[in-house]
Amino acid sequence: MTDASMQTPETGRRGTSLTATDERTRKRARAEKRFRLYGIIAIATGLFFLVVLFASILREGIPAFTRTVVSVEFTLTPEQREEAEGTLFKTKAYSDLFIAQLNKELAESGISVDFDEAAIERLLGKVGGTIRAFYTENPDRLGEPIEFDLAASSRVDGYFKGRVSRDTLQDSRFLQLSDLDLVDALKEAGIIKQAFNWPFITGADSGVDNPGGAGIGASVVGSFFMMLVVLVLSLPIGVAASIYLEEFAPQNKFTDLIEVNISNLAAVPSIVFGILGLAVFIQFMHLPQSAPLVGGLVLTLMTLPTIIISTRASLKAVPPSIRDAALGVGASKMQAVFHHVLPLAAPGILTGTIIGLAQALGETAPLLLIGMVGFVARGYPDGFLAGFTEPNSAMPAQIYTWAARADVGFYEKAWGGIIILLMFLLTMNIIAIILRRRFERRW
Amino acid sequence: MGVITIKLFRETEMSFVKLSASALAIAAVSATTAAARDNVQVAGSSTVLPYASIVAELFGENTDFPTPVVESGGSSAGLKRFCEGVGENTIDVANASRAIREKEIKACAENGVTDIMEVRIGYDGIVFASQQSGPAFNAFEPSDIFNALGAKVLKDGEVVDNPYNTWAEFNADLPDVEIAGFIPGTKHGTREVFEEKVLLIGCEATGAMEAMIAGGMSEDDAEDACLNVRTDGKSVDIDGDYTETLARIDTNPNGIGVFGLAFYENNTDKLKVATMSGIAPSTETISTGEYPVSRPLFFYVKKAHIGVIPGLKEYAQFFTADEIAGPSSPLANYGLVADPELAKTQEAIANEVTMGSGS
Repeated sequence: MTDASMQTPETGRRGTSLTATDERTRKRARAEKRFRLYGIIAIATGLFFLVVLFASILREGIPAFTRTVVSVEFTLTPEQREEAEGTLFKTKAYSDLFIAQLNKELAESGISVDFDEAAIERLLGKVGGTIRAFYTENPDRLGEPIEFDLAASSRVDGYFKGRVSRDTLQDSRFLQLSDLDLVDALKEAGIIKQAFNWPFITGADSGVDNPGGAGIGASVVGSFFMMLVVLVLSLPIGVAASIYLEEFAPQNKFTDLIEVNISNLAAVPSIVFGILGLAVFIQFMHLPQSAPLVGGLVLTLMTLPTIIISTRASLKAVPPSIRDAALGVGASKMQAVFHHVLPLAAPGILTGTIIGLAQALGETAPLLLIGMVGFVARGYPDGFLAGFTEPNSAMPAQIYTWAARADVGFYEKAWGGIIILLMFLLTMNIIAIILRRRFERRW
Repeated sequence: MGVITIKLFRETEMSFVKLSASALAIAAVSATTAAARDNVQVAGSSTVLPYASIVAELFGENTDFPTPVVESGGSSAGLKRFCEGVGENTIDVANASRAIREKEIKACAENGVTDIMEVRIGYDGIVFASQQSGPAFNAFEPSDIFNALGAKVLKDGEVVDNPYNTWAEFNADLPDVEIAGFIPGTKHGTREVFEEKVLLIGCEATGAMEAMIAGGMSEDDAEDACLNVRTDGKSVDIDGDYTETLARIDTNPNGIGVFGLAFYENNTDKLKVATMSGIAPSTETISTGEYPVSRPLFFYVKKAHIGVIPGLKEYAQFFTADEIAGPSSPLANYGLVADPELAKTQEAIANEVTMGSGS
């Protein structure tokens, strides 16, 4: 063995100059070059998919941020309002009043295209709700002309965005081919136009026949409250548990068992936590259904193992010499941990926490069982505390719901929702990076 | 260095105290507010969900009650949760695309849910549709669907494992393309209607059922055998919703999918519909009963919750009002076939008539 290793280089180099590279060196150099190439190919493939993903999200999602509105002046007299409020289907009464008035105005303005009230109704989205909400808030503005920007129907919106074209449109009660002439004429007159879709960012979910009214705002708030619960519960519990396990706990069978179980919990499918949440939080503890509080509790259970594992890893990464030095100058064990180890481990803990939170933010499956997936359109909570208990949805649940709806207008909204979700995630990550920079200490 | 770490420790310790304090606060809040639910809670059929969501939105807009929460999950799952018991942590209303079963009523009663109000909201049509630009699937008979998708069919007078690969093999009027059917999975209420109104009828019409009975099967066994679909990949169960079926049809020009009428009407630019027994599906042909494949839609109300959960009775009344569920209402406009006997339903809700007590 020793002989061989001593001999080979001797024989290999015999007769060659040290400055000239021999075949074996060149082979190694080639292998290294190849390996670098593989690495670059791997990165390029990853980047390619990332670019494709982002491009498709942006391409499909950007249209959700514009909407088509019918922008007209409308006057409602107090008598008309009283009459409308007296009916069962109030929003329909408001919408009828609006359509009648618009019909009259258009007839007077001399639009050259034939139309009737039914055609106008097909062009408009569900406008009654918007009008009623406005007058409920501003009863003093009755009787004066008010400029309304009201959502056009989903198919007219699609016509503006290229989703509906004259070639593929089939006459239906939703929209007829002749209506498109009216749309063109109204566009010419500046009555139908495109505008930034504020209701999408600020609004709540809407019924399946009203894509123009659907917004993601309420579910952003729902997600926010859930994340708050997750952060407030899982960070202290997770960090305390890992400090004890890592720094104080004796090494025995029992702690080994706990350790194995934590690792196993991290791999449990999230739907299982949903079933647990339903059984424990709703059926046993009688917490409210569809509430962000319960959602947050369920997601806390899911996030805890992730946080514990990453916290323990970062505590382990702190060199023992730091602990020894602290103990050596007379610090107690707790002082050594809290004064020296924990601050050094903080960046790693933050990273683990943010990964756990990001995972929880995008989770839908456990929410399915506690009533946060479906039609939850209560709007904004009445106050900070009510935000935890009032029924609300979460962003991924909202996106999932929209993607399953029949009207294509909602599909576009689902992609728009993904953009908002990614922005929320990005904000969370940026906050974590800033905090990490502040905590970062080198040794 | 030392100074910095001590400062950091102070910060960390402080935030721990704060965090734990707020955690306690949350627990306290939840304990006090858990007692009061002010919104109606609904769950059940994914076929009824779109209609329920329209009504829920309008209910929130038009009344002073908060918008009800409507969950999906299927008729059976909804009724199961409905029957879990009485109390604020259980749902008030279950949507179903089929009538409640005897078994479920019994399960309800065991958990104390005894007074159930049944509300029929209208009818839903089930249509067979294919890609707009695909081959000409314009007319079906139940026997065609049975021959294409049944597990055992009658060929040359004998009951055999389904041997057909293309539609033209058993009906020369149909296109000569590979059979690919996308039908609702067994957890859907739609599947039951598909089995009863299409497969069973087709089984009888082709004579397969008679041949099975002649071959020594009892009538019940033959009926069950008729409802089996082939498992060689030509019939695919879709467990998701209609968007999934649409996606499959989109990528397969020869695919035939089963949809709800409302879903088809929302996607007429992508789908073309086939007639069944010569009748084209529409709200008119379904309400007159001419189009054969339709079913009633229901929701069930827990009477014990009326007066406890604010707005529950009002929700049921609003749902079935002529303005909401009658002809030319928002629900009809979305594709629900209005119930000609809506007035009877309205009366039953007003009097809070429960199942078994009224009729």
